[in-house]
Amino acid sequence: MKIVIPIKRVLDPYTQARVNKQTQLVDLTNAKMAMNPFCEIAVEEALKIKESGAAIETIAVSIGTEKTIDTLRTALAMGVDRAIFVNTESDLDLQPLHLGKILANIVKREEAQLIIMGKQAVDNDNNQTGQILSGLLDYSLGTFISKFQLSDDGKSAEVCREIDSGIETRKLNLPAIVTVDLRLNEPRYASLPNIMKARSKPLESIEISSFDIDVSPRVKVISVDESGTKDRASKQVQSAEELLSELSQLGVL
Amino acid sequence: MSALILIELNGSEVSSNSRAAITAATQLSDKIDALVLTDDSANAASVASLDIINTVKVIADSKLEHVSVGVASKLVAEAMSDYKYLLSGSSTYSKNILPRVGALLDVQPISDVCEIKSHNTFVRPLYAGNIMATVESSDDTILMTVRATAFEHSGDGGSATIEELSLPIPEPKSNFISLQESQSERPELTTADRIVSGGRGLGSKENFALIEQLADKLDAAIGASRAAVDAGFISNDYQVGQTGKVVAPKLYLAVGISGAIQHLAGMKDSQVIVVINNDPDAPMARMADLVWEADLFGALKELNDHSL
Repeated sequence: MKIVIPIKRVLDPYTQARVNKQTQLVDLTNAKMAMNPFCEIAVEEALKIKESGAAIETIAVSIGTEKTIDTLRTALAMGVDRAIFVNTESDLDLQPLHLGKILANIVKREEAQLIIMGKQAVDNDNNQTGQILSGLLDYSLGTFISKFQLSDDGKSAEVCREIDSGIETRKLNLPAIVTVDLRLNEPRYASLPNIMKARSKPLESIEISSFDIDVSPRVKVISVDESGTKDRASKQVQSAEELLSELSQLGVL
Repeated sequence: MSALILIELNGSEVSSNSRAAITAATQLSDKIDALVLTDDSANAASVASLDIINTVKVIADSKLEHVSVGVASKLVAEAMSDYKYLLSGSSTYSKNILPRVGALLDVQPISDVCEIKSHNTFVRPLYAGNIMATVESSDDTILMTVRATAFEHSGDGGSATIEELSLPIPEPKSNFISLQESQSERPELTTADRIVSGGRGLGSKENFALIEQLADKLDAAIGASRAAVDAGFISNDYQVGQTGKVVAPKLYLAVGISGAIQHLAGMKDSQVIVVINNDPDAPMARMADLVWEADLFGALKELNDHSL
């Protein structure tokens, strides 16, 4: 069984996103970038399955400009066997539907039985690509998983899904796509020898134009603004008495 | 320009996030119908009494109990043929199904809409809500999930026509095994007027009971930071934040939560924010209307002992 792990390079999640007023886009010039944290969890899970002997190969895929190769190298350094880089040449505003179509091509070419990916990227927060990919391929889907167990015959997997009402357990027939949630595992760090070794692992480049997919944006960003979180008064109180009396004056008790 | 609302049921009750989707749809269309997938057609009754809804399209089949996303998305895509818009309230239910419907209809869905600017222009959060983006869709059909905290929840009082759709139910590729539901007597987190939320600072599952005690006293729901959930103090469905639930209660009382941007993303629109923490420099304090800098356990004991 081959496992494909689509991964994304994003602004480091602990860095504050800033808007470039001129371009009306989030400014990523000289910003610290990292692998999307959910993708790290996906890589870790794929590696664990490979180490258990249930998979023959793990393949990381990423789509973007040349810099995306750094993120693929990180995956290789963590232990992934090989990488596929889809080169977009310039900074295209690729959306989940585009990504799903490109990934569907790669999954079919590789005849992968299992696709493990993050449930969302922490930049656009769409939470869509895995679901779209599953629809395009008509594969079974387990979103938001916190537990993954392959069956002994390798034909299905049992997953626990973190949903609003609690934890749902389902059995997915393979081929399947799973999108991972935070509590699935703790991703490993790449060791220095493995970082060195990653440099000689296979990395294939494919031009995005070779897929013959219309990548013009369906949903265009008109403007962005930093209205997100605003500071408030932070009035100090010293006791339960004072706090409760403030709250009743505010009419929220 | 008609709109279809994909209704999420909790048992036989219409979820509050579906009610927010109905309100959002009124800004897009005069003719709003509802779609409900259920194992029992009797559940359509609560949908038919919703205000604003014209017709309730019901796909009822015993096979739809804990339906797989593959089956659900095929049925929704078929039911969508006459509509310009499909809206659903943001939840794990709609986030599971809607993008897959998008794949079947060749449409790019829009997640977590917070504001409707025009028939094809919407505002949605990026980067955990630190950035708000105005986006314009060029698709002929528009699919979106809407934030339940950004729109009023529509009420009851309507009498919609019920129309049963008899569509063949496709074979599922995944099967339901079990659901471990959290039982709680307290108000539901996403609709509660008051929330008492605990973080890593509480130190243990046993200490988290102090949060529960205070929540009961204030008739509040319980929330938690990711750190508290990861540490096993409380289960995942109480997590507030970028990857958990988004809430906007009248009162959000945060105890021992430092305030990572991922947590702030889930509660920043609360009307009154109170922080009890022993670290006055934590980011959470800047977000607060009221700050009580104190030992958490002393403060919680004092609050729990104080009469209201």
